Amino acid sequence: MSDPFIRLHDVYKSFGDTPVLRGVSVDIAKGEVICIIGPSGSGKSTILRCINALTRVDQGFIQVGDIQVTAKNLDMVALCHRVGMVFQQYNLFPHKTVLQNVSMAPIQVLKQNKAEVTERARALLGKVKLGHRANAFPGELSGGQQQRVAIARALCMQPQAILFDEVTAALDPEMVGEVLTVIKEIANEGMTCVVVTHEMGFAREVADRIYFTDGGLIVESGPPAEFFTNPADERTRSFLSKVL
Amino acid sequence: MTQDQSASRFSPEVGIDLAAARKRAGTWRNAGLASVLLSILIVCVLVLAVAILSGTGTTILAKLIKWTPFLAEGFLLNVVMSLIAISAGTLGGVFLGMGQIALVGWISWPSKVLTQIFRNAPWLVLLFYCIFLLPYQVKIAGQTFIVANWLRASIGLTIPVAANFSEIVRGAMQSIPSGQWEAARSLGYTWRQSVFQVVLPQCIKRMLPPWMNLYAVLLMATPLASIVGTQEALTNLRTALQAEADGRLLLPFYAYLLSWFFVYSYPIARFSMALEKRFAIH
Repeated sequence: MSDPFIRLHDVYKSFGDTPVLRGVSVDIAKGEVICIIGPSGSGKSTILRCINALTRVDQGFIQVGDIQVTAKNLDMVALCHRVGMVFQQYNLFPHKTVLQNVSMAPIQVLKQNKAEVTERARALLGKVKLGHRANAFPGELSGGQQQRVAIARALCMQPQAILFDEVTAALDPEMVGEVLTVIKEIANEGMTCVVVTHEMGFAREVADRIYFTDGGLIVESGPPAEFFTNPADERTRSFLSKVL
Repeated sequence: MTQDQSASRFSPEVGIDLAAARKRAGTWRNAGLASVLLSILIVCVLVLAVAILSGTGTTILAKLIKWTPFLAEGFLLNVVMSLIAISAGTLGGVFLGMGQIALVGWISWPSKVLTQIFRNAPWLVLLFYCIFLLPYQVKIAGQTFIVANWLRASIGLTIPVAANFSEIVRGAMQSIPSGQWEAARSLGYTWRQSVFQVVLPQCIKRMLPPWMNLYAVLLMATPLASIVGTQEALTNLRTALQAEADGRLLLPFYAYLLSWFFVYSYPIARFSMALEKRFAIH
């Protein structure tokens, strides 16, 4: 891999006295789909949050495209134009309609033309099969529908990569499928995806590469076929034996 | 045929659709109108009852009517002072409240300290401070303006209102889940944009009831200004009583003034409840 799109180099992060990341290095190429799996508290989500600067690192270096995320004078708008994020709890804005949720940030933050953004937002809502709910409020939608709106909202910023933070963990089982289908479509279209997930079947199917974290370290990584059938590390084997 | 059935068959014929009537009555406009009428009715009954019970009904009623314009003049000042104080106090409270949760220490600490000092001070003491410490006249561009007593009193009332509203704003903003801030941030919103586009609009629903409550408390506090000589309703009422020098007038006059405060603030309370319901849809 000569030119990674997202690069984390030797990243450290502690919350108070608790170390969460203890020297994490990951390189993600453009268009690559990676899944990060591991036990809770192993730092999976923190990795994502460091990539889009929701959490500032203590030490180390992160780059996304041409942007130095760890630089002091980080341009948040430029960064958000390159990486979007989808959260476990959807975090839609309850006082705005579905369409406004999707279109407001490109209009207000990127200062793009309102008519163009609205048209794009409608197209994206159609893509996540929610074109008919454009004028509904988030509170009127099911969890799965809300999460699909959240994905459309992230896509409307026209990012080059999207971070998915356990996006199906809060959903009822029957709604997990509809959300994973959308993510699969996006991944197949060449979007760079970083997915933190507990859905092993999904990870195996869509990931180009799997990273296993434990205790703030990346213990092991590899293509899914190799990772699931022949894990090298003892911690990976023990984790997989519990979840598979 | 049972009685129930005949009744339900009967009612459409006389043109009363009970369900629809109830639905109409449930809208805030009707609720507001009903409460205004109700409160005016209560006042009339109260004043009449006091007047009649004190014996010489007609003379007392005549006195009440005679002094009504004078009392109304004073009451108008109570309303004006309360409107000035709630407007300025709300504006100040929004900024103080946002200041309290600001991420920058040199903004958040002074905001917190100011809020706590003025929230925990007696309103009357703050009023005295403003009445006696604020300048009696200001010079702007060579012209001298007299700062009226009631204007200084309004400023004195603004301070505790701002401090109390600051706490309402802080509480409402902190009750918004952190995920909303994070979502806004991940979409490139600055702190200020997050506040104005995402957090504050969601707070309005939560802030409205305590804000209306604060206004009611404020209005009830405006007669404090009579202690420092403002010509508001209570001052004027005392003047009227002194002029009449008739002990029997004491109860009816005070009841009369009380009822004005009630008539003015009760519909507002009802209106706030109706608004709450309307906002609760989303």
